[in-house]
This record gives sequence, C-alpha cells and structure tokens, in this order.
Amino acid sequence: MASPMKFLQKFKPIFWDYRPGNSGPFKSLFNFRSLWKRRVLLLVCVALGPLISLAIFNHMVTRHDTEKEIYLRTARLVSNTKRTVSFFLEKRKLALDFVVQHHPFEKITDAEHLKILFSDLNATIGGFTDLGLITTAGDQFRYYGPYDLQGKNYVDEPWFHEVMEKGLYFSEVFRGFRDTPHLVIAIKYKLNDTFYIFRATIDTKRFNQLISEVELIGNGDAFLINHQGILQTSTRSHGLALESIKLPIPEYSEHTAVFEVDDVDGERYVIGYAYLPDTPFILMITEQKSVLMAPWLKTQIVIISFVAFGVIGILLAIYFVATHLVTQIFVADQKRVQTLHEVEHTSRLASIGRLAAGVAHEINNPLAIINEKAGLTKDILTYGQQTDQTTKLISQIDSILASVERCGNITKRLLGFARHLEVNIIKVNIEAIIEDVLGFLTKEAEYRSIQVTVKVDENIPEIETDRGKMQQVFLNLINNAFAAMQDGGSLDIRVRRRVQNKITITVTDDGSGIPEADLKRIYEPFFSTKTKKGGTGLGLSITYGLVQELGGTMDVQSVVGVGTQFIINLPLTQENKD
Amino acid sequence: MRILLVDDEQELVSTLAERLSMRGIDADWACSGEEALEKAGRQNYDLAVLDVKMPRISGLEVKAEMEMIQPELRYIFMTGHGSANDFYSGSSDAKTVGYLIKPVNIDILIGKIKEALSG
Repeated sequence: MASPMKFLQKFKPIFWDYRPGNSGPFKSLFNFRSLWKRRVLLLVCVALGPLISLAIFNHMVTRHDTEKEIYLRTARLVSNTKRTVSFFLEKRKLALDFVVQHHPFEKITDAEHLKILFSDLNATIGGFTDLGLITTAGDQFRYYGPYDLQGKNYVDEPWFHEVMEKGLYFSEVFRGFRDTPHLVIAIKYKLNDTFYIFRATIDTKRFNQLISEVELIGNGDAFLINHQGILQTSTRSHGLALESIKLPIPEYSEHTAVFEVDDVDGERYVIGYAYLPDTPFILMITEQKSVLMAPWLKTQIVIISFVAFGVIGILLAIYFVATHLVTQIFVADQKRVQTLHEVEHTSRLASIGRLAAGVAHEINNPLAIINEKAGLTKDILTYGQQTDQTTKLISQIDSILASVERCGNITKRLLGFARHLEVNIIKVNIEAIIEDVLGFLTKEAEYRSIQVTVKVDENIPEIETDRGKMQQVFLNLINNAFAAMQDGGSLDIRVRRRVQNKITITVTDDGSGIPEADLKRIYEPFFSTKTKKGGTGLGLSITYGLVQELGGTMDVQSVVGVGTQFIINLPLTQENKD
Repeated sequence: MRILLVDDEQELVSTLAERLSMRGIDADWACSGEEALEKAGRQNYDLAVLDVKMPRISGLEVKAEMEMIQPELRYIFMTGHGSANDFYSGSSDAKTVGYLIKPVNIDILIGKIKEALSG
C-alpha cells in the first residue's frame, strides 16, 4: 500500500497541506483546498454533466426503443403463427364440411368409400391420421385409420357431449383409446333426418412441425398450451406435450399480447401469445430477454466504454487545469502575504524611526545632565574651592549614574520594541504595555500639553497575547490620535472587562475625527489622508491585521470635529479566539 | 552681567548655573517657562538661555513674553532635538544670538554669552 500512496503523493497539489493560520496578520485571501474543490466540482459539473446526461439519455431511449421493437416483432410473429395454425385447422374443418356436403350418406358410410375419401383428403390437404363416423349414441360405426377403433363407444367422453351440444369440436391434444397424443376435429351433421358425428384425427407430428417452423432467435420456443396450461406441442425448454407448463398461463386477450415474466430459474422471458378462436389452444412464443437484448447491450458496452474513457480523460484534464490555476493563485497569494509581511516589518521600523526624534530628545536630556555633572566634577577638581569636595563629588557621580540608567532604560525600551516579529504568545499585563508605549510619547504629550489618561479596571487579569504586536497596536493608535489632535487635546485609554473571557480596550481622542466616507476605507492598505505628512496608509491596516491575528476584533466610531474612538476586544486566552 | 538659565530638567539647569558661577558669570535658573517669567518680572537680566521644548510654555513662547517685560534681553536657545528645523522655525531676530544642541559644551556656551553681551 505504501507504494501507490507514495505515487499518489506526487500528484498532491502544493497548497493541499497549507494551513492559513500560519500566515500571520495578513491571512491568505482563500482557503485553497476549498477553492480547488469548488473549481473541480464546477468543471466536473460543466464538462461531465452533459456527457453523462447524454449517455444516460441514450441508454434509456435506446433501451426503450429496443424493447418496443422486440415487443412488436414478437407480436407480429405470434399473429403470423396464429394465422398459420388457425388456417391449418380451419382448412381441415372445411375439407370435412365439403366431404359431408357433397357426398351421399350411403357413400360416406360405405367403408370402401371412406377409405377413398381418406386417401383423397391426405393427397390434397394432408395431415389426417384417420376418419370415423359416430352415432348420437356414441358408437363409432365406421372407421378408417391405423388403429382398431371400429365400434368404440364415446358416449362417456367429454368431447362427445360438447360436439353434440355445439356442433363443432376441436379437441385438445390427448391420448384417448390409442394411447398416443393426438387431436380431433368433430362435426355434427344431419343426414337423412339423423344426426351423425364426422370425426377426423389430425396428425400431431404435422401439427408440431408447423409450430416448430417458426423462426426464433436463440433458444426461443413456439408452442401451444390449453387453457389449463397443459402443453399441446413439445417445446425446446418448457417441457414435452401433455406436461404442465412452468410459466404462468396468460390471461385471456382477444388480440395478440406480449408480456415479460421470470421463470423459476430467474431467467426473464418475453412472451407473446394469442388465444386461437373456437379452439382450446393458446399459442405462445417465448424468447429469452437477455438474448433479444444482446445486440443492444453490445452497442451500449461500446458507447459506455467510450464515455468512460472520455470521463477519465476529462477528469485528468480538470485535475491538472484546476491544480495549475489554484497553484498560480496560491503562489501569487504567498507572494502577497510575504510582501505584506515585509511591509509590516518596514512599517514597524518606520514607526520606530518616527519615535527616533522623541527618543533622541529623551536621551539628550540625561546626556546633558551627565555632561554638566562631569563638567562640574572637573570644575571642582580644577578650581578646588569646595571645602567638602568628597560629598559633592559623590553626589555628582550618583547623578551621572542615574542619568546613565535613564539612558539605558530608553535604549532597552527601544530595542524591546524592535524585536519579536514572529508571534510569541505569553501572559502579559496590558497596563504595562500601554505604559511602555506611552513612555515613548510622554515628552511629546508634555510639550503639546496633551492630557493622556489611562484607566485599567481592577479586575483585568494578565492576558495571553503577543507583547510586541500589542505594543505595535497601541503605538499606531496613539500616534494616529496624536496626529489628529491639536495641542492641548486629550487622549483617553480605558481597559474594561465587559464579558467573562474578553477585555475591551477603548482609545478615545478629541481630535479632528474621520469623515464618514473615509471610515469604510481606513483599514484598507495604503489608504491615508496624511500622505503629505508622511503617512504610509498602512498603520491602521496593520493594526487591524494584528488585532485579528491575536484573535480580537476592532471597531471605530468617529464624529468629525468631536473625535475618534477605537474599540478593541481581545480574548483573555488564545483558546478563546473566535 | 546677569543671565537666566531656563530648562525643565532641574538638575541640568542648576548644575550649569553652578558651573557658570564658578567661571564668574552670575547665573540664575528656572525649571519652567512660568518660573522664568515670574523671575523676569522681579529682576533684570542681560541674557536668557532657553530650552526650546518645555511642557506647557515652550522656550519660544517664553521669549515672546519676556520681550514685553524686558525688551533689551538677549537670548540663546538650547535643544535636545537634533533637527535644525527646531532652531530656525522660531524667531531668528537680532536678539537671538545662538542655538546650542544638548549636551552643551560650556566653553562654547560661555563664548556665546560673551558674544551676546559684548554685542
């Protein structure tokens, strides 16, 4: 199993195992696996839908037409055979009629003349086994044929009563006194005011031959049964004459009919049948449906094979086209994400650069103190006017050390800000982060008389987040607020816990506000209203992305001339991320 | 000759004043613009050395106020910012005799003071 799997691995698209969660604040625009599946599904529907529909339609229509053709052909065959059989029996009945009508009673009852009549009938029409004359008492007083039936009495035979009643009788095939299968035509005549029955036996071999001459496909069968389902002629696969047929007896129909049925072995048959009028016979033609449908099936297999090869070809083409397209998008998107990561880094450095002026000022002040203290120390040693020089010098050195520490803290804070480009989730004190960021901006706030208020509710715990990214978020928001405010403005930063598993941070300024038309676009990359003042248009876009990456949400409310409020909701733990 | 040093860093301004005093220059100091104006209202100075950026009242604003109190006063500005814009965006009139970047070299400062008072 390992080998085929290894082979299939080669066809796995490069984006298949890509997880969007790894892409940082600038997430991929697409779920590539889902995109690929949707493209494949769409292409499969468009390309294969019509083909498969056509194949199914063709299958159904041709099957229906073939079955219809089989039914018509079977019905036609039954009709023709019915006419043949009926004609065979009718011709013999008319011949007997002719004999009785055109021969005097004395001649018919004469044994020698009966023999001549028998010979003449077989010579012209054929198919007669014997001839006999029977009285209304059932006695066969004249007989010519191969059996010893002279003087036999038929008064107890059912056919005798039927012919006496109806005047005409076609018997079923039966064994009778001769103990061999045969059938009889009996006609009642009135001769010299006395009723007689003229009876002829039909040669069943001739009868069987007539039926068996029907041209059938495969192992099809044509035969007669009586109304009780007893075979009247022998069959190829449904039994011998006088056996019971294993197929159901067709219900009476005035016309030729066709139906399908399964035999006891589960083989499906197409059966055409017709009730022969004035006889006890039902003509049946049976053919195996599988044999009849074989040519159609053969054609279908060819068509289905073509369709199957077509489908495989199309599926392969779809796979390669969809994979190629989505891979192109994936590669482009990866480049986009990578570029935006670089932009984020650049923006981060740019924001540090913007801080540089303030930082330089902050460092220059303690440096100036160091300079003066060192200078004073030198002055004391040079001018030597102080009586208690040691105390004075220690005081100067302490001051120098304190100023050096002050510089160190500033540089550490700056360095701490530049680090941590990758996500590093730790527990942090949100107030400490705010103070950290404000540390860079306190002097600017002081010089511009901007009132900065920070209020953090007491029930705010440490939250699981990325320290560097949160610093960036606050720096961007506070920088934006400072840019929007006039000197003497006020900035309010509040941290609350409105719901159990989240904190809400609001940064509110009383600056110029954002026009409503711009509000919808402020998170778009490169959208800026401060381009002339050095804005890149990435600050809020990056801030929004960072908040999202940390599992939070960010909203803004602003009124022109009144101020702007940014509302950030952050989860307490990364498990609570939406 | 009496000069007034003004900077929001008390340690800086007091030490600088002490060092100037050791060099024979009578230097007074103030930790904010308000204190500087208050002192200028009480006594006369020949020269004011002002930090540009200070909370509430900047060095430039202090100069503007002082000009009304002591019109003859001359000025030297100090700044922690390394940008020339901070120097020249303010007043560049004849009464402003110099701009110095922190940390200030005391000899240069004394040179500027002498230059200002001699002119």
